[in-house]
Amino acid sequence: MTFIDIRNLKKSFGPTTVVHDFALSVERGEFVSFLGPSGCGKTTILRMIAGFETASAGSIRIDGREVTGLPPAKRNVGMVFQAYALFPNMTVAGNIAFGLKVAKWSNAAIAARVEEMLGLIKLPDIADRYPYQLSGGQQQRVALARAIAVKPEVLLLDEPLSALDAKIRVSLREEIRSLQKDLGITTIFVTHDQEEALSMSDRIVVMNEGRAEQIGTPFEVYNYPRTRFVASFVGTLNLLSATVVDAATGHLAIDGQHVLAAKAVEGRTAGDTVSVALRPEAVDFGGASEGRDALTGTVEAVAFLGAVVRIRVGLGDQKISLDTFNQPQLRLPTAGETVTLSFSRDDLLVVEPDGRS
Amino acid sequence: MRRSRFGSWLAITLGSLYFIVPLIGTFEFSLRMKRGTYSFEAYRVVLADPHFQASFTYSTLLALATIAVGTILVVPTAYWVQLRLRRLRPVVEFITLMPLVIPAIVIVFGYIRLYNSQSILPLTDSSFGTDALLCFGCVTLALPYLYRSVDTGLRAIDVRTLTEAAESLGAGWFTILTRVIFPNIRSAVLSGAFLTFAIVIGEFTFASLLNRPAFGPYLQLVGANRAYEPAALAIIAFVVTWACMGLIQVVGTVRDAGRPK
Amino acid sequence: MSVAESGSTTAGVRASSASVLAWLGVVPFFLFAGLFLILPTGFLIVGAFQDAQGHFTLANLAGLAHPSIVKAYTISLEISVASALAGAAIGFALAHAAVLGGLPAWIRPTLSTFCGVASQFAGVPLAFAFLATLGRTGLVTWALMQWGGINLYATGFNLLTFTGLTLTYLYFQIPLMVLILTPALDGLRREWREAAETLGASTGQYWRQVALPILWPSLLGATLLLFANAFGAVATAYALTGSSLNIVTILLYAQIRGDVLHDQNLGYALALGMIVITGLSNVAYIWLRSWAERWIR
Repeated sequence: MTFIDIRNLKKSFGPTTVVHDFALSVERGEFVSFLGPSGCGKTTILRMIAGFETASAGSIRIDGREVTGLPPAKRNVGMVFQAYALFPNMTVAGNIAFGLKVAKWSNAAIAARVEEMLGLIKLPDIADRYPYQLSGGQQQRVALARAIAVKPEVLLLDEPLSALDAKIRVSLREEIRSLQKDLGITTIFVTHDQEEALSMSDRIVVMNEGRAEQIGTPFEVYNYPRTRFVASFVGTLNLLSATVVDAATGHLAIDGQHVLAAKAVEGRTAGDTVSVALRPEAVDFGGASEGRDALTGTVEAVAFLGAVVRIRVGLGDQKISLDTFNQPQLRLPTAGETVTLSFSRDDLLVVEPDGRS
Repeated sequence: MRRSRFGSWLAITLGSLYFIVPLIGTFEFSLRMKRGTYSFEAYRVVLADPHFQASFTYSTLLALATIAVGTILVVPTAYWVQLRLRRLRPVVEFITLMPLVIPAIVIVFGYIRLYNSQSILPLTDSSFGTDALLCFGCVTLALPYLYRSVDTGLRAIDVRTLTEAAESLGAGWFTILTRVIFPNIRSAVLSGAFLTFAIVIGEFTFASLLNRPAFGPYLQLVGANRAYEPAALAIIAFVVTWACMGLIQVVGTVRDAGRPK
Repeated sequence: MSVAESGSTTAGVRASSASVLAWLGVVPFFLFAGLFLILPTGFLIVGAFQDAQGHFTLANLAGLAHPSIVKAYTISLEISVASALAGAAIGFALAHAAVLGGLPAWIRPTLSTFCGVASQFAGVPLAFAFLATLGRTGLVTWALMQWGGINLYATGFNLLTFTGLTLTYLYFQIPLMVLILTPALDGLRREWREAAETLGASTGQYWRQVALPILWPSLLGATLLLFANAFGAVATAYALTGSSLNIVTILLYAQIRGDVLHDQNLGYALALGMIVITGLSNVAYIWLRSWAERWIR
């Protein structure tokens, strides 16, 4: 059943509208990420759910309860901020206990809960330290403990990892996810990092300019981007423009080279220009075969990225990148060489222009 | 957010009233010199008074001397502490803050006893010596403001890198200070200088007890003997203070505008 | 550094000669501070324990117990404490309104510019301004009489008293407080307030448990500064009241000008008393701050 129900949510600051008609329903226990570039409205929506911003229109319900007009203190949500949100004048234990004291728990219950929380974040020995004595990763774990100590119905995470070092970021995201699964707490996570969103979420809301471009599982969003924006924002992607030769059969021409898409191109007629997307890892060397299309071009650059080698090939005016695994026996092409590339028809996606979801 | 702004408006309004009413009162009073009509008579009388001119000139020169001595003292010290003697910083900072805590009247009392005609350094014997002593006293009073201003300016630039770059190009210490460091903290020094000017121009305690013909004692004398001129002088003093603070703002704005980012 | 590249013995020698040179750089400053700040103050402190012949004595300190001197210290302390506390409270209210009050953006720069001016508008001109406003023929006195039918001076108010002087001192005390507190209030992060709110705290709980503890050091320091500022003020009081109000700075001023105590060294004791009071308030401040800042480094 729907646990968080957001309908027709709008937010304007003066004449600028930052969130257009946003709708989302989140299941109990689900982990949903809002993914998008800065200024796309993802944080504004999170802050409306928390109660820090007032919605210009629309409604937010949590577990059937209308919270749109409630102050943050009455919403029973927990929030973890980007950074430095621990109260600097309190110890770790004091921070975690803060919400419990406000809720008038007994001292014994508070002490037990603080200890339980410290165990949960695997930092049992830091109760008496002050925030300045902790690393960034420890601070964020304490912030998480502080937020969940009061048993909120919803956990809101506002880019909690973006101020941390790359390594800690990876380990902490796994930790947050497993903690969230164990507790079964409904969570909304805001991030601009597609890797974080893809690895942690049950579902991702890809946002751009105040609109949801696509809502789907990481698998759907990555493999079947609905719009050009989603395709380019999530993962690396080749975006090529193609001319429709025959819409019904999916017959397209890319710089004069003919390819067949797996499906018909809907709503277009011959002569129209469409965008097609192709993941670099879906492209390989070699000619056309059963179910595979081929393109011929000239190698422009070979970039060695460690485990992967990325090769950029020019096709007339457009460029296509392909990734191949780095194997010692592999013979890499050199710049200027003419090569033939092939890809499965299923991987060639015709994408909508932005904002047409 | 949703909190009421009424309290904020009330605080600001009451505060503004408290600050503006005395200014209006003083201005109104200063115009009352001619019976039955408002006039600038009090200002005319004050500005034409040779004692006003003499004391204002004296205090202006005193302020300029204070700024010069203070800058020559504070800039190299703050630079040096920042570059080489960082562990000395708390000590130097503590000393520069002492004049805020030790009352000026105590310091000047000490001067009078320490530098009188019977002492080893009888500064108060000659009028030049007393002027110098007054100037040093004013430097002491301005020290907290001047030092903080310069120190903030120095912290905003990378003193070490600038110094090393200049050294590698063969510059000596004097060149580094005057040609590299000083131009980079000019606006900080200028803010400190204007603040110093505002402090020194109306300084009363030191000048009065050292018996120097400065503007502060002159103001007090007029206040004790005249009715309307003091109000005119208060307005003039307020305008001078305002001009100094305005110049600090201008200097600050120019600095901010000149910065990238 | 380049020193490290040469041999260890020469490096040692060079390093020590370099550090001697480094110390030379601060000699002018320490010389100046010694001659014009520390030595004069120290001279008075020593003098307070000597009689006219230079022998050790506690008679000067005992002389401070004279009722007129005790009275002077009492009034001075009362005015300083009252104007510091009132200045701190009102200054806090103004700074809070300007920084966190949700007022239009122009209020804040206007207030801080004005406070910059007003905090330096002390001394003789300030006394004139208040005489012209709240003196017997002042504008407000007149306006209250004319329109309110209130005879201010019949209510017992007098500018030349404790109340009047405190009211006058607030003119530079409040702006000073605003100037010091504004950056401190800016330092309160929005996240702290929001975290407290999501954890269920009311505005009062947030201020009591989070914001005020964080602001304590600045508040304490500023209040102490206000206290010392008022305690050492001479010009405003002297120009306002002449010598009719018996505060300790005016007493000392008169003593320096004309030896009104008929005892040179009692003057030193008077000065020593002032140093002890401001010194003690400073020690109290440092102690309170280290307690209030235990959560920083």
